[in-house]
Amino acid sequence: MKPIVIRGARVIDPSDALDAVADVVIQDGMIAAVGQGLGTPDGAEVLDAAGLVVAPGFVDLHVHLREPGREDVETIETGARAAVAGGFTSVCAMPNTDPVTDNQAAVGFILAQARRAGTARVYPIGAVSLGQKGEQLTEFGELMAAGAVAVSDDGRPVATAHLMRTALEYALTFGIPVIDHCEECSLSSGGAMHEGLTATRLGIKGIPRAAEDVIVARDIALAELTGGHVHLAHTSTAGAARMVRDAKARGVRVTAEVTPHHLALTDAACEGYNTHAKMNPPLREGHDVAALREALADGTIDCIATDHAPHHYDAKEAAFDDAPFGVVGLETALGVAITDLVESGTLGLPALIQRLATRPAQVAGLPAGTLRRGAAADVVVFAPAESWVVDPTLFYSKSRNTPFAGRTLRGRVRWTLVGGKVVHRSTDRSGKRGGGT
Amino acid sequence: MSPAWGKDLLGLESLAAADIRLILDTAEPFKEISERAIKKVPVLRGKTIVNLFFEASTRTRISFEFAEKRLSADTVNVAASGSSVAKGETLVDTAKNLEAMRIDMVVIRHPSSGAARFLAERIESNVINAGDGKHEHPTQALLDLLTIRDHRPIEGAKVCIVGDVLHSRVARSDIWGLLKLGAEVAVCGPQSLLPMGIRDLGVQVFRRIEEAIAWADVLNVLRLQLERMEAGYIPSLREYYRVFGVTLERLECAPRELLILHPGPMNRGVEIDSRVADGPHSVILGQVTNGVAVRMAVLYLLAGGNPELAEAAKGGSER
Repeated sequence: MKPIVIRGARVIDPSDALDAVADVVIQDGMIAAVGQGLGTPDGAEVLDAAGLVVAPGFVDLHVHLREPGREDVETIETGARAAVAGGFTSVCAMPNTDPVTDNQAAVGFILAQARRAGTARVYPIGAVSLGQKGEQLTEFGELMAAGAVAVSDDGRPVATAHLMRTALEYALTFGIPVIDHCEECSLSSGGAMHEGLTATRLGIKGIPRAAEDVIVARDIALAELTGGHVHLAHTSTAGAARMVRDAKARGVRVTAEVTPHHLALTDAACEGYNTHAKMNPPLREGHDVAALREALADGTIDCIATDHAPHHYDAKEAAFDDAPFGVVGLETALGVAITDLVESGTLGLPALIQRLATRPAQVAGLPAGTLRRGAAADVVVFAPAESWVVDPTLFYSKSRNTPFAGRTLRGRVRWTLVGGKVVHRSTDRSGKRGGGT
Repeated sequence: MSPAWGKDLLGLESLAAADIRLILDTAEPFKEISERAIKKVPVLRGKTIVNLFFEASTRTRISFEFAEKRLSADTVNVAASGSSVAKGETLVDTAKNLEAMRIDMVVIRHPSSGAARFLAERIESNVINAGDGKHEHPTQALLDLLTIRDHRPIEGAKVCIVGDVLHSRVARSDIWGLLKLGAEVAVCGPQSLLPMGIRDLGVQVFRRIEEAIAWADVLNVLRLQLERMEAGYIPSLREYYRVFGVTLERLECAPRELLILHPGPMNRGVEIDSRVADGPHSVILGQVTNGVAVRMAVLYLLAGGNPELAEAAKGGSER
């Protein structure tokens, strides 16, 4: 494998508290050296990165790659390709596929498809319960041995408090987090957006904040009871942020993620029955967005995860109630985060990278999120100030369901490397991509 | 030419007070046509209108059909069951196929909020919302306004909407229409049937029907569907009548004469006492009569009719 030298960039590695202009030398798929004025190994490709930022490749704890089952909207290959286009070198695939990832063979299939695709690393998440039916626990040990890194019944909550309790207890043996989609379905049933004035005006049944908060409270109580590690998926409410902050202060093993769209948008985005703003949990109100940003900044919420959820054009081209929940996010996450968090002063760039790479890797125990010598060379190089307009027709994802279409974002990936190999260059679709300014 | 507000009538939220007054004023001369022996004028002769009903409806569908026929339009009724919709055709495809047959207008009733707008954004024809989910039912609100106006000025009137506001498209359209025309609006019902944020629309909330009756000049009593009990919003229809029913005894305590409206179909003995529904203050059948006139006005204006000529149009002199 040809050595690579990334020269002259601002190197940010939160795992080492590093933020300096330096060179990064990559050999044999690993980080060989980070420092100033490093020499160029024989035959190395030199990436001139002056003015750019080099960081550990991003880690997304929450993606839906739809394979097996819905290969018409995404495959592991297209999803992994979209990931590296967005700077993500590791993604964790949720198990709500068809069939469900609830056995070791299903885990093996995902890993095989990801190897074949050869871009982002794909880490399967196993189901908590067989068929995600909320009844019988899956074989965590076999799922882990086959390569799963966590368990979740995402798409729906872990059905009962008893099942959550036993899952947290059983997961202690394997040291993996139980990831929960916090939704009390008896409160959210039939709802399609946040319960509030906008829903009242549009005549759409609302999903109250309490639908999330009730299960967040349950899960925190059970993590406290069992000593298990619960990771809360896609938090969306001020109440969830407050409860996680309180629980962490008491030493409960709870971690949490938030999506770029919940940090950037409110339920006002649903105006005009915009189905590209329909997701679960729903977009909330301004004070929730403010609370989530504050919680992400102070470390209450550990990381950003996209909840990348591809859907077919036809499915979203429907009346609001009839359209499915979910938006794609891998290819817009960095731009949204820089535009709405860094430029608004919520987070500095090093803190953002910590929440996109280093911290999520720690939460799931993944070998990623660092540029230390000897680590796998999973690296993103991006232009933090480059403006670009979101054009969903240029996505590598098979699906186009984004609420950010037409928005001008700043921050664009230039190169992505996985295991020392360049797997994405911003020029890959340059003819179509419209170029930066 | 389309009226000032656009090619469609999707709801009252987006209309200006002047637009609403124009429709009501245009409806006045059309009232008389339905009183004639020969109830027909030729103003929409040659226009094709599709009544696309994805949800069961008797009164609204028939009212539209009469309005269309009395204006001499050619009409086709499509019900969801037994059509291509039942065979899984999407709303977009249904719309595009209708458009390909070169129609002029679509009247749509659909169980999903926003469905009328969805259709209107995708076809050239005029779209009239005959009720979309829990969103709006603009022609119902217009006929409510016309009926109130027949009896008293709307401006300054205290109108209370009673009952299941949460699931009611009529309530939402009424609220917009009444507020725009200067009425004071309140709602009354169990909190479980009132939507979140309703006060922010500029609406008062009464928790007890006695307080609402003491305050109001007009009550619009909404239909309470049996399903609400099954879904756990209220314990029983019996208790609902006991606590929220508009009864003669309660009305007799009112400090002034009230006007009683109901969008129908009524559940006698659930939300309204038969003695009230059939009593001297009820204008419920007047609403039904006005419904045809208001829908004629809407069809006429959307087809490009000149409001000033509506009076002449009813004589059949306009081409």
